[in-house]
Amino acid sequence: METTLVQNLPEVTAAGVIIKAILILAVIAAIAGFGTFIERKVLAFMQRRLGPMHVGPYGLLQLVADGIKLFTKEDIVPQNANSLIFKIAPSITAATAFIALAAVPVFPDFTIPEWVPLLGGVFVPSIAADLNIGILFVLGMMAAGLYGPLLAGMAQANKWGIIGAARTAIQFLSYEVVTGLSILAPIMLVGSLSFVDFNNAQAGGISHWLIWQQPVAFVLFLIAGFAETNRTPFDLLEHEAEVVSGYATEYSGMRWGMFFIGEYANMITISIIAAVVFLGGYSEVGIGWLTIILKVGFFFFLMLWVRAAWPHVRPDQLMWLCWKVLMPIAVINIVITGIVMMV
Amino acid sequence: MGLEQFKNRNVGTQNYKMLDLGQSPETGMGKFKQVLDRTFKGELLVGLWVTMREMINALFKGQMHTVKYPFEKLPISPRYRAIHDMLRLLESGHYRCIGCGLCEKICISNCITMDTRYDENQRKEVSEYTINFGRCIFCGYCAEVCPELAIVHGPRYETASEQRASFSLFEDMLTPIDKLNLQQEYDGFGAVSPNADENIKKTPLAY
Repeated sequence: METTLVQNLPEVTAAGVIIKAILILAVIAAIAGFGTFIERKVLAFMQRRLGPMHVGPYGLLQLVADGIKLFTKEDIVPQNANSLIFKIAPSITAATAFIALAAVPVFPDFTIPEWVPLLGGVFVPSIAADLNIGILFVLGMMAAGLYGPLLAGMAQANKWGIIGAARTAIQFLSYEVVTGLSILAPIMLVGSLSFVDFNNAQAGGISHWLIWQQPVAFVLFLIAGFAETNRTPFDLLEHEAEVVSGYATEYSGMRWGMFFIGEYANMITISIIAAVVFLGGYSEVGIGWLTIILKVGFFFFLMLWVRAAWPHVRPDQLMWLCWKVLMPIAVINIVITGIVMMV
Repeated sequence: MGLEQFKNRNVGTQNYKMLDLGQSPETGMGKFKQVLDRTFKGELLVGLWVTMREMINALFKGQMHTVKYPFEKLPISPRYRAIHDMLRLLESGHYRCIGCGLCEKICISNCITMDTRYDENQRKEVSEYTINFGRCIFCGYCAEVCPELAIVHGPRYETASEQRASFSLFEDMLTPIDKLNLQQEYDGFGAVSPNADENIKKTPLAY
């Protein structure tokens, strides 16, 4: 299979990559913040409430109010906490979330017009780092993200934090297995680890989407994605009713905000992966930028929708589901895919 | 509305629906079958549909439950006993109170203080009238005993204020003379709510 981008595109320069990196940081951080507003609104509507309404029209500026509050809140490090690790942990979550975004396609590529001073004519690629092992890199980075909650929970000298950290370990480690195995079958079909190849392999309309060939892998990946982004049926890490706020119990202000931004950035990453790997990505000619936004938006909405509808599972149910149900199904799926490919 | 349905008192023997809880599986195979059944039954999708339905109802069918309280208020029952109002006569605009002192006498928490005197026409005139809302328990006896429907309970239930004295002077409770045409007549102590018919439910009386 020939490699990645179409050959006649302009050369990717360092300036372009830097611009792209700044774009991703700024836009995704803003969207992640805005995601909290969307989440509150959607959950409110589903409970027939109005949600935030008073800051700005329809509460649109609630994000600003939240930001002011987070930035000006007192930064407390508990007395017996390991202050160094306590301070580092939130940046691990946020950093790994954004590093993972470096290798997924965010927005289509474009060239800055010539009349723009200083940067005119620079080609900005759709992927900041178009790795040929993009999927491995992203999954690895999201897996490394588990150190954020883990270290945070263990450093804060709080029993709820410890329980949260323990749950982080069991949940993220378990579901890494399912994520990897479930996405292995599509990788076998496409024969590449690059997102661009996935996108190109599904060009040609809805009937070419991998979801029709790999429905089981799609469902498994979604379930595992929910677990990895710490979303509701599996949000045991900070389950308010059981462990106060889990690993984030002692955090306040901007450190807590970084956990939040990291979580929402991870939601966006999982949404993009699901959209590119299973739903044809941005392969529609001409309107690819719109369809990818719609697909990512759908997955983001699905996460909020599920949070409004479904109850949590217990930690033992979570482990049972992962090791006794999802992992065997994923392995069987891979075997069947292999047999079908060989025959 | 007829009375037949209220006269039927055998409530305990009517349409109960028994839940079909089934049997818990004993064997491993049975448990496996239960897992499969529940997996493919689509109950999770039912849950998703319920929340989506509520969202559609709220957004497009006007079933949003939120009342934006300081800007919108729910109607209260006419029997609600909030801060007192002093009503005026509609014809002359003079206050209705004749200074009989019954409310002061009947007040069980001794919070009404009034003083009267004769005016130039030898009519009783209220020279001083206060209600100590720090003591008032809003029992409504004053409104019940008043022979002139002069002191009544109004609809003002937002009683937070910087000073206890804020509501308690006669002039504060008296209907403003320029709003006389807006003055609501009091249905009387124990009046029936306008939506009383909707609120009537069958009470199980057979024990």
